[in-house]
Amino acid sequence: MTSDTILELNHISKTFPGVVALDDVHFDLRKGEVHVLLGENGAGKSTLVKILSGAYQKTSGTILLNQQEIHIKNPKHSQELGISTIYQELNLVPHLSVGENIFLGREPANRFGVVDFKKLFAKAQNILNDFGVLIDARSLVKDLGIAKQQMVEVAKALSLDASIVIMDEPTSALTEQEIEELFKIIKSLKANGISIIYISHRLEEIFEIGDRITVLRDGKWIGTKSIAEVTQSELIRMMVNRELKDKFPKQKAKRGNEVLRIENLSNDHLKEISFSLCVGEVLGIGGLLGSGRTELARAIFGVDKIDSGKIFIKGQNYKIGSPRSSINSGIGYLTEDRKSQGLILNLSVKDNVCLPSINRFSKFGVMNSKKERATVEKYVKELHIKTPGLNQKIMYLSGGNQQKVVMSKWLCSNVDILIFDEPTRGIDVGSKVEIYQLMNRLTAEGVGILMISSELPEILGMSDRILVMHDGRITGEFLTEEATQEMILKCALGA
Amino acid sequence: MRQKEFFIHYGRQFGTLLGLIVLIIVLWILTPYFLTVSNLLNIAQQTAINAIIAVGMTFVIITAGIDLSVGSILAFSGVVLASVLHTDLPAPIAIIIGLAVGLCCGLVNGLLITLGRLPPFISTLGMMSVARGAALLYSNGRPISGFSPSFRFLATGEVFHIPMPVIIMIFVYIIAHFVLTKTKLGRYTYAIGGNEEAALLSGVNVKFNKAAVYGICGMLSGLAAVILTARLNSAQPIAGIMYELDAIAATVIGGTSLMGGEGTIIGTLIGAFIMGVLRNGLNLLGVSSFIQQIVIGSVIIIAVLVDMALKKRNR
Repeated sequence: MTSDTILELNHISKTFPGVVALDDVHFDLRKGEVHVLLGENGAGKSTLVKILSGAYQKTSGTILLNQQEIHIKNPKHSQELGISTIYQELNLVPHLSVGENIFLGREPANRFGVVDFKKLFAKAQNILNDFGVLIDARSLVKDLGIAKQQMVEVAKALSLDASIVIMDEPTSALTEQEIEELFKIIKSLKANGISIIYISHRLEEIFEIGDRITVLRDGKWIGTKSIAEVTQSELIRMMVNRELKDKFPKQKAKRGNEVLRIENLSNDHLKEISFSLCVGEVLGIGGLLGSGRTELARAIFGVDKIDSGKIFIKGQNYKIGSPRSSINSGIGYLTEDRKSQGLILNLSVKDNVCLPSINRFSKFGVMNSKKERATVEKYVKELHIKTPGLNQKIMYLSGGNQQKVVMSKWLCSNVDILIFDEPTRGIDVGSKVEIYQLMNRLTAEGVGILMISSELPEILGMSDRILVMHDGRITGEFLTEEATQEMILKCALGA
Repeated sequence: MRQKEFFIHYGRQFGTLLGLIVLIIVLWILTPYFLTVSNLLNIAQQTAINAIIAVGMTFVIITAGIDLSVGSILAFSGVVLASVLHTDLPAPIAIIIGLAVGLCCGLVNGLLITLGRLPPFISTLGMMSVARGAALLYSNGRPISGFSPSFRFLATGEVFHIPMPVIIMIFVYIIAHFVLTKTKLGRYTYAIGGNEEAALLSGVNVKFNKAAVYGICGMLSGLAAVILTARLNSAQPIAGIMYELDAIAATVIGGTSLMGGEGTIIGTLIGAFIMGVLRNGLNLLGVSSFIQQIVIGSVIIIAVLVDMALKKRNR
């Protein structure tokens, strides 16, 4: 390692129960450089950042700060060591001024504990001016745009004498101009000897701002290169190159008539989306987080409003109303976030399964418990759901079993179109295969499936056809036989 | 397995029931008159009104809401009911109008919360003042008194020595328990309180069902007004002050979580009786009403503390 290395991570591993998030990862940071951390969703970038920011504890490995071994205990400790993290969701108090936010919890005060605002604003303004940030320390945070708010976070980091600043996808919510502004600030930080760990999916900007780059994949260190010596395509290969193991028991179903057609669907997050889905088909939708995939699902399912566009179900024009009317028209939606959107955690297995199809089990509003029990019993057996009983609260089941309950919900409601949003996120390999087998069964029974997934192997392994989204648009369409991970990623990055 | 499931489901109620039994035994030892049939019926009769309001409150709190306006709605329903009773219209019509006034006030709460997107605390706080003002305005601030014996039978009558208010209360509890455990509305009530977003995405018409729940709560306040008016032979525009707190207390002591998604009708009944028994016992012991307030407040706090501690241990 060179003498100007200020941070060195060796053999870092992090395991969660059942999952290895980081496996023997190396990383080093030099004084005054921008070191980019690159990888797919789930590659381990966030875990690494969380270890440095003190949110997680490493399982093994060593961290050297200025050649001294350190053990980061908690977020406060990390800050005291000079490491500041700026998360995607900013941690600012909107109704306080910029200056107050910068010195939140550390306000300069006189001996009676009264805040010395004059001193506070003067100090805050100094920090802002030093880095050429044109913000009045007295203005309220809520009146600033996202980019300016980020700069307030940067100023806060500087006021803490940070020598290392971690930025987690700082440009994801910024306009071109704002990105320019941010890059100016980053350059002036570099000039002042501050080092930056920069996480981003956007390849083009990585080449503009980065000095070196480390690629992670599946929690493993793949390589560290100088930006000058790599190309875009080389990086993409480093990110995705892995074997497609036989984890995907895909069985092609007989393709039937068109069951869903979307024409020019637009709203705040979607731009002119058009595609169609056939009976027995799995249409994979790839793209990065925030590319509009979930928003597409929510629009089709009647959760979010649409501004224009048409939806046809089996050739019939369908006017989107509410989730209820979508279910009645034969659409089901397995949400991305099982716990906050898919399940009602303190209800029982039985009640969760029967919720969307409740009309099947009730007459004049009165439930037929016997029929409910019999039906749910059937799904519990068929899907091997491990539960002590049908009245067990769902919160006590494991992730894989919870996901199977979500599947049962929609199997039970006899829909023709199913939207799967990240169907296998956070569940173990065994359950994953079972869920893929269920998808096979559904397509064989004539259901059309839209499968949103951030895992490229899953998309390639289970889809018949693939759409790729970027920035609310469809940027690519492939037959699975013709698609490669590189091609998908290229479209997903908008490159 | 069934037995175990039953215990998981109703285990919390056994705890509250145990509390009630201990309370009864203690009071029995302290004052022999306590455990006489006439005193127990007296307690049941006095508890009936709070217990009926608490049923509506239980529905509301299971949806993760709150209703502060029940006492005021009771007063408004009461004076409207009383004024109709003084006309030539038959008593059953007057009762239906009284219930309808409560239902409408509750539905207004429901609409403000669903379509108006107001927090339940705010909309029912507003209704608390509006309904109270309406009651005072409608009655010119004076009680409306003197009704036919047949109407008063609803509070003073007895069937097989059981006072009518107790019979009405039992009837309400049987229906409410059935609705909450055996109907779509009941299932939706738990679903909305447990996770409103997930309920919506599972096709639950959240707005309609929430509004309905507040409507039910208002209507039960109207029913309480009928019994109270019959018992006092008078409708007071200032009746029902602080009733919302008694109803919330009964619900919470009965194990319904203010976070929503959890609670039972049986628990609320036990909760209401704990409050009733405690008041009665303290009166029999000659404890001053000032100290009574302190004791009842402490019981509410202790009940919830114990409940939280038990839940934590179960996790």
